[in-house]
Amino acid sequence: MHAARPQHPPFSPREQRLLRSLTDSGWGFYALLGGLLAVIAWGIIAYTVQLRYGLVVTFLRDNFMWGVYITNFVFFIGVSHVGALMSAILRITGAEWRRPITRMAEAITFASLLMGALMPFVDMGRPDRVLNLLLHGRLQSPVLWDMLSITTYLTGSTLFLYVPMIPDIALLRERFAAGPAWRRRLYTVLAMGWKGTEAQRHHLERIMGVMAILIIPIAISVHTVVSWIFGMTLRAGWNSTIFGPYFVSGALFSGAAAVVTAMAAFRWAYHLEDYITEVHFRRMGYLVIALGMIYAYFTFAEYLTPAYKMAAAERGYLSAVFSGQFARLFWFTQVGGVLLPVLLLTVPRIAWVPRLARVPILRPVPALATIATSLLVLLLLPAVLPQTAALGGFAVVRQPPPWIIAALGGWLFLTLLPLFRQRPIAAAVVASLLVNVGAWLKRFVIIVPTLQYPFLPIQRAPAGWAIYRPTWVEWSITAGALAGFVLVYLLFSKVFPIVSIWETREEGHQPALASPPAGVHGGAADAPAP
Amino acid sequence: MRLFGLPGAGGDPALAYAAEPNTRTGPGEAGRHWVMVIDLARCDGCRECTRACTAMHFVPSGQEWIRVYEMRDHATGNAYWLPRPCMQCDNPPCVKVCPVSATWKREDGIVMQDTSRCIGCRFCIAACPYQARGFNWVQPAESEEQRRQPYDMEWNTRHFKGTTEKCIFCPGLVKEGKLPACVSACPMGAIYFGDQAEDAVTNSQGETIRFSELVRENAGYRLLEELGTEPRVYYLPPRKPLYPTPPAEPAPAMVGGHR
Repeated sequence: MHAARPQHPPFSPREQRLLRSLTDSGWGFYALLGGLLAVIAWGIIAYTVQLRYGLVVTFLRDNFMWGVYITNFVFFIGVSHVGALMSAILRITGAEWRRPITRMAEAITFASLLMGALMPFVDMGRPDRVLNLLLHGRLQSPVLWDMLSITTYLTGSTLFLYVPMIPDIALLRERFAAGPAWRRRLYTVLAMGWKGTEAQRHHLERIMGVMAILIIPIAISVHTVVSWIFGMTLRAGWNSTIFGPYFVSGALFSGAAAVVTAMAAFRWAYHLEDYITEVHFRRMGYLVIALGMIYAYFTFAEYLTPAYKMAAAERGYLSAVFSGQFARLFWFTQVGGVLLPVLLLTVPRIAWVPRLARVPILRPVPALATIATSLLVLLLLPAVLPQTAALGGFAVVRQPPPWIIAALGGWLFLTLLPLFRQRPIAAAVVASLLVNVGAWLKRFVIIVPTLQYPFLPIQRAPAGWAIYRPTWVEWSITAGALAGFVLVYLLFSKVFPIVSIWETREEGHQPALASPPAGVHGGAADAPAP
Repeated sequence: MRLFGLPGAGGDPALAYAAEPNTRTGPGEAGRHWVMVIDLARCDGCRECTRACTAMHFVPSGQEWIRVYEMRDHATGNAYWLPRPCMQCDNPPCVKVCPVSATWKREDGIVMQDTSRCIGCRFCIAACPYQARGFNWVQPAESEEQRRQPYDMEWNTRHFKGTTEKCIFCPGLVKEGKLPACVSACPMGAIYFGDQAEDAVTNSQGETIRFSELVRENAGYRLLEELGTEPRVYYLPPRKPLYPTPPAEPAPAMVGGHR
């Protein structure tokens, strides 16, 4: 019966558009490619400087033995978290709407894990002795736990990405039969003789079923052991029993947000509007909101318990984080990185938001003009004003107090709300970018303040050793890693269709996701916003 | 538990760590249990100990393997000097986390450091609650003579870029029957060194005292005892200090200093 079935039904218009994204590369692609390669090259130059002169070119010192590199490590591993995990959970629970986005989510895991796994090596004082980890590795060190779990997760998630891609690769094998040799060879090898027989399909389903279940504990273990490089020390601020689940929740939150960014980017660049609809953004938005609330809960629990007691050892880093040196960063991660994104994602569902536009001081044009002018004045005046005692009264301007900034920020937010309501995808993108900026900064705020307040006071440190300000080398390598992540992701989407063709084609699945079947997946949640 | 390098309940933690199959410097002198006592009442903060240590081991710039802190535990408390060598913990947090056995616990109590194996991950620095470990952020300056010396971790000869170093109780000197560099350099005789098994410690002034009595009678304590690191360095409290104490204003960011 299946022999009679046409092996390759004609491609629908949206599939043709998707396939064109593999080959049609405009100037935008090449500009991006060039930019990314330039940033990566710059990062490599920075790394060679570090190799040559030693880690002294960073601002890491004995008191701040870890900094931006380890922040990047935790961040990338966190972003990598959600791809395979979310896709596995959605597969197991049979959430049909997942179909067009699982592959881009799983590819994030792949690209991000590569960069995350690179970071400890960048951080290493003696990368030339890396083989010692294999020759003399000791299983009681959390470094070894990281190595084992990350390599397992990388292998597992790569398989998890690859296996459901096989039918699509077979499809590409036929399509590029007369294409460039590298594509022909690549697809032929990777398709592993897929013919789409009933037996093959059965195997594929079975493998995916097993992998979807296996990948969940592996994914959770990865970020748990990442947190334990901190949790296994005695340092106040790291010595926490909930660091494992806390980091897992933060990882899920930032990873889900990264998927939203990727969805919007590919939808826009590859014209995938027929695949990725507002429904997907809404559903992913719910996921991000839920994960954000779990994360906020963990943050609250993590900080309240020591802050309530204010034990001597914890007092230092807690006051630095709440009201001292790191307060701006910390409160930005909480307000800008959790609260605002969650609000932005709920905006399309809030009925009273359009009414805001009718409030006089919230009319977009005058309000935005006023806010922009005030910010300009606040930021530029201190540089322009002469430094004289007579201008002492301008202290407010010279050092704008936080409440002015907060008030301006709040005003800006309220002004933008009605605009975001009309553009839910833009709101989702802004929210997800905020989440990821906040996520990176939060990891920084977990690592550095604790190091600033060790048990014994920092004394007799050579000049400049008692504070941590990342250097250009650290920033360059960080930018290079970020560019590397985007590059791997971009090239992946040029070799393999970023949306699964065979999975979005399966019977019973309506291409027009805007009107999903009522019942399990439909209902009020999918109804258009009032 | 031995498999994981963790001390078994009730067992001798030093032995549990010695089970780590590492005989690069041998187990140390058989039956010895090196121990240090620092009498804070006799410390005048001259930092001769630090200088002697730095000179003897060519300690790279930026590091102090025995650092003299200015401490003050609370606002009404007396300010005092606190020399801090490596505590040679019997439950060493640094040894637990080292991924390549570049640091390990010898049977004589010394937490050794093999800079020729260290990969520079700095996990041990993060794990040490006493800030007792330093890192070579650059290739340390070495004289021609130093460079010709063979690598000998018991003498701390040769320092390598990108590796961690620390105080190891001068096992080279101790083997020759001498006191560690900081102990013999202390003009006040504030630092005692000896063998816990023999129950005798000696200072630079040739006073040899029973270790257990010295600690018991002077209410000796160990730094950050509550962390359970089981240090091999004991402090005698700075009661009625014999010499000028640090300036009265508390040093910045002063936390801990538990006493």
